[in-house]
Amino acid sequence: MSAVRSFVDLLAGRRDPAALGPRDWDGVIGVARSEAMLATLAHRLADACLPPAVAALFADQRAAAKVAQAQALWEAEMARRALAPAGIEFVLLKGAAYAAADMSCAAGRQIGDLDILVLAPDIRRAENLLLKAGWEWVKSDPYDDAYYRQHMHELPPMIHKARDRMIDVHHTILPRTHRITPDALALVGDAVTSGAGFAVLNPADMACHCAAHMLADGDLQGGLRNLWDFHTMTRDFAAADPGYWGELDGRAALHGLQSAVHRAARLSRDLYGVALPSAWDRQDPSDVWFRRRLFARDDWGRVTDPLLEQAFYIRSHWLRMPPAMLARHLWTKWRKR
Amino acid sequence: MRHSTRIAVGPVQFRIGSDWAEPIAALEHLYAGYPQDDTRPSDATVRLFAARPWRRWLRPSVHIGGDFVVPDALPLPLSMGLLAAEMGMNLQVALGWRRHMLLHASAVAKDGRALIMSGESGSGKSTLAALLGEKEGGGDWRLMGDEFTLIDPAGGNAFAFPRAVSLKNEAIAEVAARVDPSRLGPLLAATPKGDIRHLIPRADAIAAMHEPARPALLLFPRFGGEASVEPMGEGEAFVRLTEASTNYVALGEAGFAALTRLVRETPAFAISYPDSAAGIALVEQLWAEAAK
Repeated sequence: MSAVRSFVDLLAGRRDPAALGPRDWDGVIGVARSEAMLATLAHRLADACLPPAVAALFADQRAAAKVAQAQALWEAEMARRALAPAGIEFVLLKGAAYAAADMSCAAGRQIGDLDILVLAPDIRRAENLLLKAGWEWVKSDPYDDAYYRQHMHELPPMIHKARDRMIDVHHTILPRTHRITPDALALVGDAVTSGAGFAVLNPADMACHCAAHMLADGDLQGGLRNLWDFHTMTRDFAAADPGYWGELDGRAALHGLQSAVHRAARLSRDLYGVALPSAWDRQDPSDVWFRRRLFARDDWGRVTDPLLEQAFYIRSHWLRMPPAMLARHLWTKWRKR
Repeated sequence: MRHSTRIAVGPVQFRIGSDWAEPIAALEHLYAGYPQDDTRPSDATVRLFAARPWRRWLRPSVHIGGDFVVPDALPLPLSMGLLAAEMGMNLQVALGWRRHMLLHASAVAKDGRALIMSGESGSGKSTLAALLGEKEGGGDWRLMGDEFTLIDPAGGNAFAFPRAVSLKNEAIAEVAARVDPSRLGPLLAATPKGDIRHLIPRADAIAAMHEPARPALLLFPRFGGEASVEPMGEGEAFVRLTEASTNYVALGEAGFAALTRLVRETPAFAISYPDSAAGIALVEQLWAEAAK
């Protein structure tokens, strides 16, 4: 069995870790690192009987992830101190939000940049306040800068000069030029307060954003991790609220994300083995391409299907902007190479 | 991958894959005397690969990849495949290892106590460690490593990472004169880091690679100029070592505690020396007078 399938089976609980040989572990650990999910696997198998070297490596990973998570929440606190005095409230997104809300997908999850969502009218003020508080622009290229400001769903990324951490300030969750326009006002207006005191998206919106990020915006880089987030959050939300799947369907319709959310649900069923309500439990022939892309990694952690990878890259751009604009964008980017 | 091998250095088990046979054969020669445990899964993966299939044969150039990748890193010609492998192994440890605090420093040990030497490339820390490790007679120094010294955050002990020593430029002749030629790797001439030749550590240093040593002396050597010794305060040693550590920030509070303890408990000196003999003499003198 391929390492990436063993890895997914271990996460899903379909495979007994005691049955893996040393060379199987080489592949599983390599794939998990390539997907930035080694600490996630370490948490999933925290109580399993493992070879001593794997148990030691996993303990390192869990400890390191705990530190990284505290640092990510500290970064959120720094943003709050920069923005709150001016009356700008923000909603935490993605990894930092999962950590702030102490969700099960946060266990071991790598958190890269700090992603926050503010109301569109606040975005210029938020930028000025962050610049005053020590964040700096990263993109020096005027085309990239203008591109972000005119067409993207976020400011050009900024990095803090002392702490060297990046912040992405969003005003919505998909590029302005995207075929789909989620209701950003509803996302912010209906946000909820997490245990750590930060605003986070409500349970249905959180799953919508996760699916949008994975299937409507990106090219499925890191897809296994995003799908794991989606799988664990919908599982836990549905366990706490029997009406959850219905609410999710309603919110997905509001944001125009029904197709992405339903596909994410089907993929999480196919890979991680969750049972879906009957209205969601369908088959779609095109899912096969998504599954193939998610499994396209060899035992050395390399992407195995460059053509498919390229196709998903092109698809992500196709969804992001109209064809004439895409042509202009690619032409400009190509000339700048 | 087409060719692969597994190498254990200190606590880290590597698996190294390559599109070419040569770098793997060279590694297997250098690391033949290291312990092999086939039942142990790998902690880290290194990949040496051709960016395009035809570049395996046509002007073959070796890209360095693995669990962690440096974007836009320049490839090396196949003749320097061994250097590419070494850089790949260093990279995976520098970016991926979390069990210990990593110091970019060489170290030697005697009687369970460690002498740790930190400095920029060119400071001579590798050469001093290699020469001490080879010292006959009054020696008994165990080479712990020329690139990384590992500090256990819980107990404060130093652990070895005795990869094959990377001798550079003038140091090659100096060390080659003292060791059995079978312990030297091939000469890699005119690499981006100068001429390089690897030295296989002594068998006893490899056999003892899991034994901890208590940090007893911290030195910050500088090659060139008059011989001099300057005691270094805790604050300066702390700041210099944060810069020499690749995972200090990632370890958070545990890293801070480990480093604070190291600089508080270990005497530190900056030393300058005009040549290796003078350097060795200074080190031995400080070890006798000031080591804890």
